[in-house]
Amino acid sequence: MAFELDKDKALSTLSLMLRIRLFEEKIEEMFSNHVMHGTTHLAIGQEAVHAGVSPALDPMDWIVTTHRCHGHTLAKGSSIEEMFAEFLGYSNGLAYGLGGSMHLIDVDRHNAGSSAVVGSGVPIATGMALQLKRSGSKQLAVAFFGDGASSRGAIHESMNIASVMRLPVLFLCEHNMYGMSACARDMVSTDSIAHRGASYGIESRMVDGNDVEAVFESVTHAADYIREHGKPYLLETRTYRFSGHSKNDKKLYRTHEEEQQWLQRDPIALFEQRLIERKQMSVIQMESLRQSIKDEMDTTVEQLMNNPQELTIEEAAGFTYASKEDSAR
Amino acid sequence: MKKLSCREAIREALAEEMLRDDNVVLIGEDLGCYGGCFQVTAGLFETFGPKQIIETPVSEEAIVGVSIGAAMMGMRPVVEIMYGDFSTLAADPLINHAAKMRFLSAGKLSVPLVYRTPMGSGTGAAAQHTQSLESMFTNIPGLKILYPSMPADLKGLMKSAIRDQDPVLFFEHKLYGVEEMIPEEDYLIPIGKADIKQKGNDVSIITYGKTVFTALEAARLLEDDDISAEVVDLRTLRPLDKDAIIASVVKTGRAVVVHEAPLFGGFSGEIVATIAEHPEAFRALKAPVARVCGLDMPTPFNKHLELELPPSHTRIIDAVLTLFRS
Repeated sequence: MAFELDKDKALSTLSLMLRIRLFEEKIEEMFSNHVMHGTTHLAIGQEAVHAGVSPALDPMDWIVTTHRCHGHTLAKGSSIEEMFAEFLGYSNGLAYGLGGSMHLIDVDRHNAGSSAVVGSGVPIATGMALQLKRSGSKQLAVAFFGDGASSRGAIHESMNIASVMRLPVLFLCEHNMYGMSACARDMVSTDSIAHRGASYGIESRMVDGNDVEAVFESVTHAADYIREHGKPYLLETRTYRFSGHSKNDKKLYRTHEEEQQWLQRDPIALFEQRLIERKQMSVIQMESLRQSIKDEMDTTVEQLMNNPQELTIEEAAGFTYASKEDSAR
Repeated sequence: MKKLSCREAIREALAEEMLRDDNVVLIGEDLGCYGGCFQVTAGLFETFGPKQIIETPVSEEAIVGVSIGAAMMGMRPVVEIMYGDFSTLAADPLINHAAKMRFLSAGKLSVPLVYRTPMGSGTGAAAQHTQSLESMFTNIPGLKILYPSMPADLKGLMKSAIRDQDPVLFFEHKLYGVEEMIPEEDYLIPIGKADIKQKGNDVSIITYGKTVFTALEAARLLEDDDISAEVVDLRTLRPLDKDAIIASVVKTGRAVVVHEAPLFGGFSGEIVATIAEHPEAFRALKAPVARVCGLDMPTPFNKHLELELPPSHTRIIDAVLTLFRS
């Protein structure tokens, strides 16, 4: 029988998936209304991966994310207020407005931030795992990367190092079929990136990335394996990015039919359907949950924008090097 | 006082710091029984073992990336990359990650990492193992860059680099066998302070790394021409000790800037600008500032041709004498 989350966990998981979807829709709206500057990389359609990874781990486990990091940051428990503030460049944002959309970080929640150089966060997570192991910790580090980044040498090097050094790192491939506009069919030499695990001596699995319960179960299994054997694990989640690569993407590289096929497998709709069938939640309850989250997003942004706060350039420059007080530590 | 070579001075600094703090960890290729490409870490593995000496696969980019992640979690990694030329492979983790981590975390994360690597020619190793690539990194805020010359400085600055909260690039010249008397007792040399290696009144020769030795030889020979040359060893390139440069040039009124890296786009340009932008130093100049640098070409393998590449004491003396003719 397929793995099922218990009722409480199922409801919190659906709630998280909705928060991620509605957060990103709010971001999309703010960009189209030119409220924000810069760019953003949405992951609408990938919520089952976001909600299925960190909640399946120990809160003290660490994550290193990618430029498409909003969902993972919410899944680690960051406040939407600090996240929206970061998008707006405000000093009450997660990184005081210094990082923006591509660099969400929340060290207190063991989110070590992202590399926006695709694939470069993977060696960093691997190094975090090295020090966790050295210090006798039971925690692990998750290295997120996409199918596009899977072509980076740094990822190959990291998997080899993690294998020979037996490091507690979960290599989490979020395969959404496209690296910007390039389809994995044309760019990735194997049908499944998980197959590459064998060549590094790393245990691996591929899982349906639109099925949040399947992702949750696979991550639980992978984490148990890592902690029990003291070895890395490679998990490939297969999903699809409904949104474009970034804010100016006309999606000319894929067909309408393909998009429609994947929309039939919307991870949130799939999970809602299951909860209805299991009589764990009603359509009316779901509507009301969705509305309350949407209201929370709208109110939070409105309140933030009524009171914009920004660092001065001198304050920002102060984060280039350690201060004298930092150095004394 | 005791006599130590450059190699031994660095090794002693590493050993003392590893003994003081077991989070100080050496990471790199062939660091174990081999003792590192230039034997700097020879013998350390026997004392400190695999917990503090981590030998890695040939993966320069990941070695530095992994060290950054470990540093964020409390390790104090000292990375060895066997030739400075391979810094190209480590450029993404150093420039895009180590230098940005404090900033992008708004001060919550530090990368107390030391990146050690030897630079420069003279070893007959041809074009991909003899470059001086420091100016690839001097334009990157968030990094500190050291390039000391003498054993005492190598030791004191290595210890300061290991204790620093920010990523430090520690470039070494390859004259690892050069010896000097150094203090017996424990000491640190502060990052960001130049040192006057020879006092003089008539001209300032400003340099760092291997060419400090060339400059000292030039200064000795210039005494025959009754020219008293001051040799300023910058030791740190970033943060640059501008005060020391200005003070020396204001005193002598003449400046020759020397380094082994090619002249065009080299760090010497920053030093010349530092002098030119300072009203007092500018007014003190009795002649244009001169530069004596590496030739603008890849390093040839042929021994005689290779020797022509870096600044020689003859080229430095010629440059100094020209300043007195104008």
